Amino acid sequence: MSADHLERLRREGRIVIVGASLAGLRAAETLRAEGFAGDLTLIGDEPHEPYDRPPLSKSALLGMASPLRTQLPRRREIDAKWRLGVAATGLDLAAKRVRLADGDEVEYDRLLIATGVRARPWFKEEEARLDGVCVLRTREDAADLVRRLRAGPRRVFVIGAGFAGSEVASACRELGLPVSMAERAGAPLVGALGGVIGSVAADLATEHGVDLRTHVTVTALEGDTVGRVRAVHLSDESVVEADVVVVSLGSLRNTEWLTGSGLGAGPRGVACDAGCRAFDFRGIVTDDVFVAGDVARSPHALFGYQFLSLEHWGNAVAQAETAAHNMICDGADRRPHLWMPAFWSSMFGVNIKSVGVPPMGEHLMITQGSLAERRFTGVYGHQGRVVAAVTFDNARWLEFYQRQIERGAPFPVEFPTLDRRPEGRQPVPAGFPDPSLPTHGPMVTLSGYSPADQQLVFHPSRH
Amino acid sequence: MPHASLARQITDFGNRANPYPLYAELRRTPVLHEEEDGPYLISSYYDIEALLHDPRISSDATNLAAAGADGAGEPEETGGLPPSFLRLDPPEHDRLRRIANTGFGPPHRPRRIEGMRGAMREIVTELIDGFGDARQVDLVDQFAYPFPVTVICRLLGVPREDEPTFRTWVDPLVASLDPEKRPGGAQEAEYRQSAQEARMRLGMYLSGLVEERAREPRDDLLSDLVNSRGPDGSMTMMEVLSTSVLLLIAGHETTVNLITNGMLTLLRHPEVLGRLREDPGLSVSIVEELLRYEPPVQLVPQRTCITDIEVRGVTIPKGSRIWLMLAAGNRDPERFEDPDRFDPDRGDIQHLGFGSGIHSCFGAPLARLETQIALSELARRLENPRLVEDPPPYRENAVLRGPRHLDVAFDGVR
Repeated sequence: MSADHLERLRREGRIVIVGASLAGLRAAETLRAEGFAGDLTLIGDEPHEPYDRPPLSKSALLGMASPLRTQLPRRREIDAKWRLGVAATGLDLAAKRVRLADGDEVEYDRLLIATGVRARPWFKEEEARLDGVCVLRTREDAADLVRRLRAGPRRVFVIGAGFAGSEVASACRELGLPVSMAERAGAPLVGALGGVIGSVAADLATEHGVDLRTHVTVTALEGDTVGRVRAVHLSDESVVEADVVVVSLGSLRNTEWLTGSGLGAGPRGVACDAGCRAFDFRGIVTDDVFVAGDVARSPHALFGYQFLSLEHWGNAVAQAETAAHNMICDGADRRPHLWMPAFWSSMFGVNIKSVGVPPMGEHLMITQGSLAERRFTGVYGHQGRVVAAVTFDNARWLEFYQRQIERGAPFPVEFPTLDRRPEGRQPVPAGFPDPSLPTHGPMVTLSGYSPADQQLVFHPSRH
Repeated sequence: MPHASLARQITDFGNRANPYPLYAELRRTPVLHEEEDGPYLISSYYDIEALLHDPRISSDATNLAAAGADGAGEPEETGGLPPSFLRLDPPEHDRLRRIANTGFGPPHRPRRIEGMRGAMREIVTELIDGFGDARQVDLVDQFAYPFPVTVICRLLGVPREDEPTFRTWVDPLVASLDPEKRPGGAQEAEYRQSAQEARMRLGMYLSGLVEERAREPRDDLLSDLVNSRGPDGSMTMMEVLSTSVLLLIAGHETTVNLITNGMLTLLRHPEVLGRLREDPGLSVSIVEELLRYEPPVQLVPQRTCITDIEVRGVTIPKGSRIWLMLAAGNRDPERFEDPDRFDPDRGDIQHLGFGSGIHSCFGAPLARLETQIALSELARRLENPRLVEDPPPYRENAVLRGPRHLDVAFDGVR
């Protein structure tokens, strides 16, 4: 691109951001901070200005924060046109136009796709409509769940023991509510952290009074005569009475609106290069469409350049900043998005943090602390190198392990470490089940090498 | 050897007023090992930061002693008390620090520090009122010293009438932390003895208080330490004592120096002092920048490595002593733009002043609040304050560095 053209873009171009949540907001702020003076439009299907989601499954459920008051702090004025409460429904790459649900169309010179994910609903629509069947993603979801928990239900039933489900179960116990949690795999968190750590999570949940049921699936939700949920039927033929059911089956990426647009978008997200530029379905990178946040899949140098999808707060921020920067730069001024996957959670009084890609690890070593004490650092290895680490109430060491991952340090961890116990001298199988088994998502997903998230048929060109 | 080693120059009292040129020289060799059996000095920001989170680095006093350090004579091991968590590794460190925290901060005591704001303000007001008609005071003796010792006594639950006695015990203990004092100096035996004695007396006094609080708990930290019954169990009497002594010492001298270094720096930067006078809210970023620019703990000299480690291509053999030069890292141009400029407006002040990792300063929230209140009140109330002597006379200590006296003249007290 010529310098003139770029200068004009920065001065009077039109930038459209689809998705008005964390990534969208941080991108908008970065654009302005870096001197973009043109038209900026933010499109969001929710009627609210950007708000923060992590508290919704934690402090909000405990009544310590209002789910309606988690607006994201603003770093600066962004002077944008807000199109809130209107979903984007289509994209015309050639004409550079976004179609909206109200029939409007918005033209762009640069587009950022930050539409994120939504909660996977209960698969039987009729049962999903029963009063008391909830999901937890938006602030309305949280407000609704808070209201139901306050009403003192006889029992809460959580379907799916991933991070979100486990956090809900933890909050229920803290509120003194009876809670059951069902998981298709053998333990909570196994999709994200494997079976060894999963069994610690299982003990934690059980000790805090959660009625944990593993190796089962929910077959049906039963309603009463007035349409309220009253019982949950399980694959082991047991029936649990419950008046609140929280469906926590992971998330779906919001890419349907891109169907037919020609972008490399599908159920696993929108593929982009390290510079956050979207790929089209042919594997050719675009130069005016960018992607950031939960909806993005981007190749990662540390993990063999496989495309990585991350549902991590920190990734959304970092990727949004990089995407925004690259939208108004070119050539050598552009930066790669080199984010170390990292997430945190808290449940049953334990702080859990992780870096890297645990599901990539075949083996696990407890290099500090002990599983039995629920205070430890676990290191995951893949093909002789360190690829991830997780801590339970031991987060202050995590930075060291992040560096080990960054430099591809050898695995097993042979050197001595403080507080190494006999159990941590040898690696053990990390115990990741078949990825199709857990009912929850891993939050960080390796999704192969194909930039186009769809079946392609290869036709050699004829000369 | 034609020149004294950098480590010796840094501990040399003659360089106390301005060690920063030495630190700059140090950073040119980011991993410096000058003498056989001597410590490895780490001076770049990122290396220090990394080693503070490195599980191959031990803070255990017995490892340090085994490393051939003169640390064997440290008061931590000789006062009849077990080592405090500052000188322990996990899991013992973690257990003691967690129990200590149940009396200090969230989640068990989220309001304890913030709840002292009013009391701190009162103490500061009284101290400044106490300047009376004087037009010149020694800010160390008349303000910075009595303030934190009073606060820490109130926090622990030490009765007010006993407060003055503390100073006589705390002084020799703090002096004994100075690495310069260790290698066979003439005063060494005397130093050790007085430190040991002070520690014993302090311990005896506190054990009496601990028994009282065990019988009749009050709303103070000592009562929480004595009566903790959490998942980590409770502290033994000896552990309560050594933790209390740690909080007294570590929480005291450092805060004195932070306040004194702070006022010294503000008097050298009158435009910032003027802004603080108008806007007490500026004290928050001033204190953070001070922790970077003039950190009260200049270096961490108590670490050893439990295996060979590599830093910037240099292998540090197992068992070596490591000095983490926090004050040098804080002025590392690789990390901070224009690092030698005092600039509370720099948005990015992620300093090493409180350390980092599992041993990061336990009392940080307390020290921050104390210094914010102290500096903003001094700025508000002293009319036309100015330094009488620049640089002021310094204390011996190269680790906990700060002025021994800070004479400040002013036209009046508002």
